[in-house]
Amino acid sequence: MLKRALAHPSLFVGGVLTTLIVCAAVFAPWLATHPVEQMAMRERFAMPSAAHWLGTDNFGRDLWTRIIFGARISLSIALISVSAAAAIGSAIGLVAGYFGGWIDLVLMRVTDVFLGFPALILALAIVAVMGPGVLNVSIALIIVFWTEYARVVRSATLVLREQAYVTAARALGASHFRIITKEILPNTVGPIIVLTTLGLGTAILSESALSFLGFGVPPPQPTWGWTLAYGTRFIRSEPWLSIVAGMAIMLTVLAFNLLGDGLRDLLDPRQLSRAGRSTSSQKGS
Amino acid sequence: MLTYTIRRLALFVPMAAGMVIVTFGLLLLVPGDPAAVLLGQEASAADIARLRASLGLDDPWYVRLGGYFAALLQGDMGRSIFQNQTVASIIGERLGATVELALAALVVAIVIGFVLGVAAAMFRGSWIDTASMLLAQFGVSMPVYWLGILLMLAFAVKLGWLPSIGRGEPLVTALGMALTGNPAPLFKSLSHLVLPALALGVNSAAIISRLVRTAMIDVLGEDFVRTAYAKGLRRPRVIVRHALRNALLPVVSVIGLRFGALLGGAVLTESIFGWPGLGQLTIAAIGQRDLPLIQGIVLTYAMMFALVNLLVDLSYALIDPRVRLG
Repeated sequence: MLKRALAHPSLFVGGVLTTLIVCAAVFAPWLATHPVEQMAMRERFAMPSAAHWLGTDNFGRDLWTRIIFGARISLSIALISVSAAAAIGSAIGLVAGYFGGWIDLVLMRVTDVFLGFPALILALAIVAVMGPGVLNVSIALIIVFWTEYARVVRSATLVLREQAYVTAARALGASHFRIITKEILPNTVGPIIVLTTLGLGTAILSESALSFLGFGVPPPQPTWGWTLAYGTRFIRSEPWLSIVAGMAIMLTVLAFNLLGDGLRDLLDPRQLSRAGRSTSSQKGS
Repeated sequence: MLTYTIRRLALFVPMAAGMVIVTFGLLLLVPGDPAAVLLGQEASAADIARLRASLGLDDPWYVRLGGYFAALLQGDMGRSIFQNQTVASIIGERLGATVELALAALVVAIVIGFVLGVAAAMFRGSWIDTASMLLAQFGVSMPVYWLGILLMLAFAVKLGWLPSIGRGEPLVTALGMALTGNPAPLFKSLSHLVLPALALGVNSAAIISRLVRTAMIDVLGEDFVRTAYAKGLRRPRVIVRHALRNALLPVVSVIGLRFGALLGGAVLTESIFGWPGLGQLTIAAIGQRDLPLIQGIVLTYAMMFALVNLLVDLSYALIDPRVRLG
């Protein structure tokens, strides 16, 4: 498995980058070189140096410190919203695919309706009516993201429910709940993992876009989107601030995208069948 | 084809109705009394009561939903709370600018996406392939607004080649003026359009390029391509006439889906480049919590997206006989 993982450059690079970013966020209090809100007006807009690894902002606050603390907010929101979206969407997809008929019809039409809204617009509208904050931004992203899981898991379930071992479980008298949770769900984990990894990147982009527009997590929380947006006020004379914040967002999204692409390649059914293993687990990915 | 069209149109109706319900449901997400929340802390009890009446908040939700449907069927999206205008007329004034930007971005996305994707597939495994796909990976990961800021910094602030904010004459008007011998407005409109369209289109270009590459690699391995070479056809002809045409099919449906992302992304691009479209209006409406206007805008975006996807599905059936006969 490790050998195969190393054979996928995107998986390797994405994995290393993701680990570094997650570690920076988790250990931010220990890795920070200055207190988050410490101002030093004499050092405002400083370029990178030994004292300030990524320079300083318009209040002379250390950018490295603010970026790694910003990572905590972005990653937390992404993780909360994507996990909840995965759980809700997968449950809907499993029920729709397994029972079929009018249940499938109704659930999938509801999914189509939510898919029909441009994601950022719907998220913006939800935050607009509910108000900003970590919880509301997360709820908005859950409402936007669950649909993809519902569709993918449903199509995987449609294939899986016809498999011999599911028929056998049914013949042995297993309940619907048991068949769904014990027989079908474990075999949809592959596509769910890939979608979740790619979804984390999308969630970070969406969260930072909401913050950039001023509707995300409000200051003084050092969100990347807000830092970037604030930096645009000084863009003509001091573009560094916006460039660093944007770079942080891009590298993090890139890390999750590379990891997601790598996982997809690794879990690809054709490669699995070449390796002589069951292909049923990745149908619909 | 007729049966397929009718079936697809029949699917559109419940979907549109669902979108209206979701848009209506936004009001239910407002914590507490929506009228008091919308008007803020300084509003008087009389103002709140008036807004409650005008939003119909005293009626049960199903009566309000029925009324919302009935009004929408007559083209009435309600009145803005803070601007003395109907929602439909405010949106109508801004819609053209956003459609123009989204279409220009779509052109950017298709052109760059196809060039990169075809080049990567033709030279699979070479440095061209690696470079194209690396570019695509960065394009997918880059925040739209960050790219917009970088482009503005480079081409407007540092080099001074293009204007940084605003919009010229609507492109259609400028085109008409150019045809009557006055090309200056057209150049001005295009110069304003280039940076926002590029910023908005790059993300979709990256996604399209990856799809085109995969589709082309699949098609280039097919028997009919080998037959075309065996017949002695030259490579460019095989690529364009045979491979690209078939690789186009899976990409067309994705282009429709990308339009939704472009509409969403337009909110960000418009706010950076001061583009006077629906996106800027969205930000203003949200800032004021002008709920009828927010609902109207969200519904307009959703309907535009749904209509484009309907058109893409129908055109897909025209291109691919398997869809309409299957």
